Amino acid sequence: MMTELLERPDEPTLFSTHLPGRDGEAPGATKPPQTRRNLSTLHRDDVIRLLGALAAGICTAAWLFTQVMPLRGAVGFVAISFVLFLLYYVVLVAMDDGGPAMKDKVASVFAHAIAMLLFAALACVIIFTFARAFDALVNLNFWTTDLSAAGPIDPLDKGGILHAMVGTLIMITIALAISIPLGVLTAVFLSEVPGPFARLVRTVVEAMTALPSIVAGLFIYATWIVAFGMGQSGFAASLAMTIMMLPIIIRAADVVLRLVPGNLKEAALAMGASQWRTVWHVVLPTTRSGLTTAIILGTARGIGETSPVLLTAGYTTYMNHNPFEGPMVSLPLATFNLVRSPEPNQVARGFGAAAVLMLLVLFLFVVARVIGGRGPGQLSPRQAARRQRQSRSDVIRFAAREGHVLLDPRAHRSTRRRR
Amino acid sequence: MPTEVIEHREAASATPRKLSTVRGRQDVLFRAAARSGGTTVLLIMTLVGVFLFVRGFDAITDAGTAFITTEAWSPNEGNFGIAAVLFGTVTIATIAIVLAVPLSIGTALYISEFAPRGLKRSLITIVDLMAAVPSVVYGLWGFLWLTDAILPIAEWISTHFGWIPIFDVDGFEPGDPLSTTTVFTASAFIAGIVVGLMVTPIASSIMREAFSQAPVGEREGALALGATRWGMVTSVVLPFGRGGIIGGTMLGLGRALGETIAVYLVISPVFVIQPNILQTGTNSISSLVALRFNEASEFELSALMAAGLALFLMTLVINFGASMVIARSRSGAESEG
Repeated sequence: MMTELLERPDEPTLFSTHLPGRDGEAPGATKPPQTRRNLSTLHRDDVIRLLGALAAGICTAAWLFTQVMPLRGAVGFVAISFVLFLLYYVVLVAMDDGGPAMKDKVASVFAHAIAMLLFAALACVIIFTFARAFDALVNLNFWTTDLSAAGPIDPLDKGGILHAMVGTLIMITIALAISIPLGVLTAVFLSEVPGPFARLVRTVVEAMTALPSIVAGLFIYATWIVAFGMGQSGFAASLAMTIMMLPIIIRAADVVLRLVPGNLKEAALAMGASQWRTVWHVVLPTTRSGLTTAIILGTARGIGETSPVLLTAGYTTYMNHNPFEGPMVSLPLATFNLVRSPEPNQVARGFGAAAVLMLLVLFLFVVARVIGGRGPGQLSPRQAARRQRQSRSDVIRFAAREGHVLLDPRAHRSTRRRR
Repeated sequence: MPTEVIEHREAASATPRKLSTVRGRQDVLFRAAARSGGTTVLLIMTLVGVFLFVRGFDAITDAGTAFITTEAWSPNEGNFGIAAVLFGTVTIATIAIVLAVPLSIGTALYISEFAPRGLKRSLITIVDLMAAVPSVVYGLWGFLWLTDAILPIAEWISTHFGWIPIFDVDGFEPGDPLSTTTVFTASAFIAGIVVGLMVTPIASSIMREAFSQAPVGEREGALALGATRWGMVTSVVLPFGRGGIIGGTMLGLGRALGETIAVYLVISPVFVIQPNILQTGTNSISSLVALRFNEASEFELSALMAAGLALFLMTLVINFGASMVIARSRSGAESEG
């Protein structure tokens, strides 16, 4: 009864109270326009303070550099202006706010500044590499020929690093062909078949993530090359990479597999699926994105690592397609060898190889994101279509099994469309 | 009636029902395959470890305690030890971690707490990509760009803080116009900065992961009680992410100790303990291996293995420390969805 009354307050009833001052708020009347309260933590004062402190910091640093102290160097200038900027900002904030508000603002600026510093430093690393590589990269022959015909003093329009690109790809392919199946299988073993043995394996794998990459290379050098006398080859380098990458992949994949919600697995098992079916249809698809990340992590470490390759692959300027015989060079190793040359053209080639390596890593990242970036349950259009076809044929199969009239698939589809 | 039920329960608890699992052929095969995969990995890893131990011990038993205390490295004359390289390795890693810890905590906090929501995903990708930048690229940058850029700063530190022993540089007179800055090149300081920048993305991405797992309820509780954002960070996020901070730091330290190529490109190797971090010349175990493996005799190879073993054991202790800290913290405890 009361609720009904409350729901229809516009009907004049005996029970309603009439307040003259509130007439304007009656339903139907125009309300004053609502303005959104500004919830943003950034206010005009903050911006002005920031810009002021920044200007003051740079100016004081410039004054210090030119008038007071005989300092030089761009890095020093940036560092001193940065420190002065922070000091000025603290003083400015302290003039208006005190206590927690001041701490909050100063901490926020510190976090922003540190992140910016890191991003700036890394941008500097990457821009520097590409700038020095530019002269080599613009020549088409750099991408399409090997270095066998080009000596150290030959100009950059002769010779290239195709042999190193091919070498890198061959080595990483062999290493991945061993470490992906073995690594994922072991990670599945660790999480699905728990027990004392699995614990032992996990401990040993965790210990081996500490193995420095140079020691992995040294191991292969001492066994495969010196003791077995196999000679330096691409395959030896792949083995060294595998030893280095396996623990990384297993550990990362194990962490991801352990995070699969228990109720998902239990649901599959409760429906009568075998353990193998549960792993194949529930656990692995759920963790696909995480497993891809684990594999990328391992690949990125393996592909960019110079030290194991340095000990095991040898150096050559010739194209070598055979990983089992003769030295084979990879991009990081080519970079390492070329930049130590006194000739500027060789150094430019070395930077070119480093730039190509970075592009290759970037490309792998993009590919991996496209393949494995989708979360569990999100289907690509083709997968969605396949699943729809599957469930349509299931419907027909079930209907046939229960003795209903077997529908013609086309007829079935047309009925669906009409609906 | 109720008494009967109780009796039943007692009977049940007295002798637990035996649960036996009969697995299908598919499952038996699957488990056997998984087990064999685990065994293979175990065998490979044990082989590497055991081989390293056996070969390394040859050299260690030959040198005895001098292995720890000798600074020189000429195994063929029997005079070798890791004192100098070990000291250099630790110096470089310490400088790297002193630089990397504030940088990575700041970046992780920025990404998980302060960055605009639209920017967050791309920042995470950028940090992950930076972790994948090959070490040789950092080495090149350190060797050809940073060395020139950092010299004035090294000179300044040495001029004004030279009275602190580690910042002192032999052969550099601050007022002397003829003194050159070449005494500052190829130092542990520069190598440390390069390695520090290298390990920051990895450390930062582990820390961010821990920070972002801080429970939303507790965050909102802090904010609702009137905490500022920084108050919320110090009272909820940082205590929750302490395991992540320590774990990330130690993992970064492990990487810093084992880094080869970036260090090799930057430093000029010496075989003395060099406590002046700004001065030319230092060494590290991994760059020693890269330097000497090529013309090594059978015994020298064993000596290099022993040095590698020392490095491996050091990293191992740090890694296990890190995983113990991470396992004990609250982060990542919840996995039931």
